[in-house]
Formats: sequence, C-alpha cells, structure tokens
Amino acid sequence: MPTVTVIYALLFYVATAILIVGLGFKIRQYWRTPQPLKIPTTPAPMNGSGVVVRMLREVVIFESLFKSNKWIWIFGWVFHAAMAVALLRHLRYFTEPVWGWVVLIQPFGVYAGFAMMLGLAGLLVRRFVVARVRYITSPSDILFLLLLLAIGATGLSMKFVSPTDIIGLKAFMLGLMYFDWQPLPEDANLLIHLGLVISLMIIFPFSKLLHAPGLFFSPSRNQPDDVRMKRHPGAFEAENQARGA
Amino acid sequence: MADFDTPELKDFLETPALCPGSMEHSKPFVAAPVHQEALGFPGELVENWQEKAIDRMGELLDTNRALRVYLDSCVKCGACTDKCHYFLGTGDPKNMPVARQDLFRKVYRRNFTTAGKYVPWLVGAEDLTEETLDDWYSYFHQCSQCRRCSVYCPYGIDTAEISMAARDIMDHIGIGQKYSNEIIGKLHKIGNNLGLPEPALANTLEGLEEDIEEETGIAVKLPLDVQGAEILLVTPSADFFAEPHVDGLIGYAKVFHAAGASWTISSYASEAANFAMFIGSQEQMREVAQRIWQAARDLGVKRIILGECGHAWRVAYSFWDTLVGPFDFLDPAYPMPMHICEYTDDLINREKLRLNKAANDEMTLTFHDSCNVARATSMGGRPGGQFEIPRAVIKAVCNNFHDMADDTIHEATFCCGGGGGLLTDDLTELRVKGAKPRMQALNAVVEDHGVTHMAAICAICKSQFSKVMPYYGLEMDAIVSLHQLVSNAIVLEGSIQEEELDGTGEDDEAGESLEAEDEVAAIDG
Repeated sequence: MPTVTVIYALLFYVATAILIVGLGFKIRQYWRTPQPLKIPTTPAPMNGSGVVVRMLREVVIFESLFKSNKWIWIFGWVFHAAMAVALLRHLRYFTEPVWGWVVLIQPFGVYAGFAMMLGLAGLLVRRFVVARVRYITSPSDILFLLLLLAIGATGLSMKFVSPTDIIGLKAFMLGLMYFDWQPLPEDANLLIHLGLVISLMIIFPFSKLLHAPGLFFSPSRNQPDDVRMKRHPGAFEAENQARGA
Repeated sequence: MADFDTPELKDFLETPALCPGSMEHSKPFVAAPVHQEALGFPGELVENWQEKAIDRMGELLDTNRALRVYLDSCVKCGACTDKCHYFLGTGDPKNMPVARQDLFRKVYRRNFTTAGKYVPWLVGAEDLTEETLDDWYSYFHQCSQCRRCSVYCPYGIDTAEISMAARDIMDHIGIGQKYSNEIIGKLHKIGNNLGLPEPALANTLEGLEEDIEEETGIAVKLPLDVQGAEILLVTPSADFFAEPHVDGLIGYAKVFHAAGASWTISSYASEAANFAMFIGSQEQMREVAQRIWQAARDLGVKRIILGECGHAWRVAYSFWDTLVGPFDFLDPAYPMPMHICEYTDDLINREKLRLNKAANDEMTLTFHDSCNVARATSMGGRPGGQFEIPRAVIKAVCNNFHDMADDTIHEATFCCGGGGGLLTDDLTELRVKGAKPRMQALNAVVEDHGVTHMAAICAICKSQFSKVMPYYGLEMDAIVSLHQLVSNAIVLEGSIQEEELDGTGEDDEAGESLEAEDEVAAIDG
C-alpha cells in the first residue's frame, strides 16, 4: 500500500475518533451539567412541542439571527445551507449503490459549492470592514473561514479545473469504512482537500464549532415557559421539603 | 450637572463609532468588609485571589449548564454588537455583549479548554491578571442583565448569565459591589431594601390611607400583617415612599378596595425586589425569597400578588418555585405568583371596576416594557401576555396612548439603563448614557405624537427615569406608575369622584350633552 494512502487512512481514523469522542464528551458534559433555574428568553413557547418548533426555526432559518442583522443572516445562512447540500452531495463517495435522493441533488451540490464560497467570503469581509466585528475577531475566527474557503476551493477545482479520479477516491473511502484499504489517488488537489477536512474534524470538538451542539443545549432557547404550570424542583428541594413541618 | 456630556438625541438611533476605553473609569463603589461579611463573602481581596477565582469558576461551570454552553458556543458573528444600550450610549467596545462575555471567556478558555491551554494566542485566551480583574469589575458592572442580547443571539447566549457569574466570582474573592451587597444585607436584617422597620412602615401606610380618604372621601385600607387575609401583596419598597411609585401603591389599594378583596402587606417580607439575582448568588436569592414564603405561610394567605417591579417579577415568576417552593399551602386555583397587572386586567375584563378614562385626559401615554418582565417572564398564561396585559390596562384607563417604535418595545425593548444593580449614584454617567436608546425612542413619540408621559411597571425603571430624564430635557415627572393611571381613573363606590360624575349638577349635564351633540355633528359632517 502506498505510504500516502496509509497516512491518510490512519489520519481519517484518528480524526473520526477525535470528532466522535470529543463531541460525545462535550455533549455528555452539557447533558450532565444541571441547569439550576428556568431562564427561557421570553416570549417563549409554553410547552415541549412549542419548543421543538422554536428550535426548528432557529436551526433551519436562523430566526434570531434574522431578527438581528440581515447581512450576517444572509451570509451565514447561505453558507450553512449550501454546506449542508454540498455535504449531502458527498454521500455518494460513501454509499454503494448511491441513494436515489443523493443522485437527485448532485446538480445542486455544485451550485451549493459556489454559494458556500460566497457566504464565507461575505463573512470574511465583514471581519475586516465592520469595525465592531473586527474588534471581536481573534486569529482563529479568520483561520476557520480560510480553512472552510480552502476546502471549498479545492473541492470546486476538482470539479472544474483538474478533475480527480473520483472512482479511485470512492474506492478508498469505502475501503476505509469496510476496513479493506484501497489506494488513494495521489492528486495534489485531492490530498489538500482531504487534509483540510481532516484538520476540521480534529479541531471541531475544541473550538467554537461547538455552537452546533450548543444551540440544542441553550436554556434560553430549549426551555418552555411553563414555570407557573408545573413545579421545577432544584438544588434546594430536599431542604425545602424538610422545612415544611 | 456633571463631568460628562449627555448624549445628543438625533432623528434616529445611530450605532456609535468605537471609543475604546471610554468607560473604563466607570466603577461602582466596592463593598466594605462589613457589607461583604454580612453575606458570607470575604471582606476584602483574598491573598490567593487568582486561584480562588478559577476554583469558583470551575464550580459554576459544573453546576450551571447555561454558563458552560454559552462560553463554548459563541462564534463571534457580531449579531449582538449593536444591541446593548450601554454600547449604544457609550461606544465603548467592551460594552458590546460579545466583548463583555469575552472578558470572562478568555479566562475560561485559558483555564478550562484544550485550545486555550496550548495555543492561547490563537483563540484569545488569557490568564486572570490584575488588569483583567479590573476590567471585570468595571464592565460586569456595566451590564444591566436585561437580556436584549440574548434575543438576537443565534444561540440565545445571555450575557446576563455571564455577568452574574462574574459578579459571583468577584464576591467570592472579596470584591463585591457596595450598592447591591449593602442592600441585600439590609433586607436580611430588616425585611426590605430601604431598611424601613415595621413601625415606620405602619406609619407610612396610615399616612397613605389618610391621603386616599382626603382624595376620595372613602376609607380605603392598606392593611399590614393581617392574619388570614386572602391576598399577600409583595411590592418593591420604593412603592412605600418614592414618587411616582407610591401613586402606584395607592392604585393597587383602590383596586383591591373596589374588588372587595381581603389583602395585606407583610412587615416581615415588605420587599419584592431581590437584589441577590444581580450578584448571581442563588443562595442569597433563596434567602431573600424565603422571607416571602415564610410570611405567606405565617399569615395564612391563599395567594400572592406582586406589585410593579421588573426583576422581582422575574424572580417570583421564574425562580421562586425552584428556590423556595413548593407553595403548596396556597390555593392552587390561582397562578403562583400573580402580577398586579393580571389582577387588575381580570377585574377590568369582568367589568368589576368603574373607570373614568377622562381623568387621565391631560396625559398622552406611552408604555416602557421593563426588560425583566418582557424577556424573562410572561403574564396571562400566554406568550406575549406580558406586553398585551399592561397595555390593555392602560388603554382601559386612558384615552390617549401611543406606542414607541416597534424595534424599541416588546421583546426588543431597551433597558432603562439602571437595572441589574446599577441604580446607584456612583454610576450616574453610565446610567445617563445607557438611557440614550430609550430616551431616543421616547423623544420621537413626544415630538411626533404629543406623548407627555411614559408608564412603567418597574421600581428601578421609575427611579432611573426620574433621575435621567432631566438630562435629556424631559420632565422628571413624565414617568408614571401604571397603577397611578388606574388610581386616577378608578371611580370607587360612594366616592367624591362618583358624585362628580353622577351628580345632578346642571352644568355637568349640559356639558356632556353638548359634547355628545358635537360628536354627532362630526359623524354627520
């Protein structure tokens, strides 16, 4: 097996493990940390199904961000939505036979690639031209955008500039999944693309990308405003009950 | 008037240019050892304060999910940067919610995250240095915990939670804020923030009874410590003496009287406010709330009603049950707790009150949604009831009402500038500048719609506006209590007001029929 294949195969395993274990650790930590008080940002839904709807609106259309700032919303939403489509398009490298709906979205995936680049570029420009945003930007914020832009650029160039051996790539990916290693096509563009994706997977659980699971654990968004409808015992409950007599 | 410039009101609220460090000097007085120790905090900065602060931060992270999630989740998108009234009023970039959080977040990252431990320069992680602690004291006392930023954050990050945690940590290393901590101590000792003892309170209430009797000819009671009363009224102690608060208290008394309710105030728990929320101490918040639980049980009341107080309503509505519940001795038929606006609104809907709107005709009203009511509670058992019910009451007692601009009311409301334990004279500059967005919106309806008065349902808002409105060229009495308007309009049975309205004076009747004819003419025309 070529050395490059071995390196990438091992890196993929390591990155996947770090991503899953790291995210799992953070999610477990969020899950286990008690939320001492009821703090939904009101007006809030008053029951669980209302919370599901509120959360869906936040996840799908970025409702709060929309209320806040249309520029950030348009760039941010376009970037996330396009990335989602592009990611789904990539499922064809991991499935055999390729699922029907994944085949269907293939043409959109390409447009999504460009849309993602546009959204990211908009977010990057904001970091330099809006003084308030420049003030709160740290090097890592810019590096993240550059990393994602580079992933998008290398991905698109494999489609439009110098096509890579995607049959070989798919064989490599399936080989990884079924522990039956196949050689990885040694194309610079592809190697850079995969290398950057591996870095992103490794960084994910240690970075602000934790906003993805974080949103679901945010008490101001995931708590129903039902404080007068049912009891909410907390850390002092035992003490309070003993006080009764 | 002061050694700073009052911001100028323009035609629209502009986002200021960044003025780094412009509010660095703004710091409230530090609590004296006696104020600290009364709450069980160290009297002065402890020797190993850095270590102690990080230890406390760790404890909070392990026991407060919101704090942990909010610290991890921020992506620095900038959505909140132009949402804080203190930033809009001062231009100091550390008053942008995200930058304020980052003062805390950078220490969290340095001490509790892998990235911050190994590549601090990359992620903006820093140790808790003396300068940072200085920034903490300054800028975490420039957050009124109003939650406006959390409305606009895509993850709901609430800077209030972070400033509460920061203040809690500072208390634990010995540098508390004098204003809040001294007041909490007073409450523990005497039962209210003012330190008003029972005899003085009884005397005050008697005086108010005399005032009402003089005005209406009716003996309206303000009962104190009545065993077996049905309703316990818990109201901010400012209602007992300050203008315009006291006019609101008179309003509650008249409403109770008109409803024929059996009610009482407690001298043991004569304070709705709970300043422990501001310092982020659940233990202190519980101790303060416990007095009310105890008073309600000892007096044998069936229900508890809260007077006009923003954060008190939040603590009561959202936290009481968790902190000091269950209130299983109360009558479960009533919501626990209930807001005085809900009570009055219900009576109005059931047509139990006779109201003469014309009594408020010399005023054109607007309504200031108080931050804690708007963004941390609700009323009427429905989302948004906290906006509708106070307005419904105002419209039932006033003919002239005009809301301020949409992006400054309801959940988008601006804090008065004095909330969160900042209502102290050592922060006057901050309070004046932080009021700018609200003043801007108020000024717009004053100029365009002839608004003369703004009603509020929060003791802090009322005190703050009385103080800062003159800086902006508005009259200090342009802020009124909501129940002051009710008080003006309510027509009690057998009162002088009833006689005036129903009296057989010929002049009155002639005047009324003339008006009626005018109306017909206008419609015909």
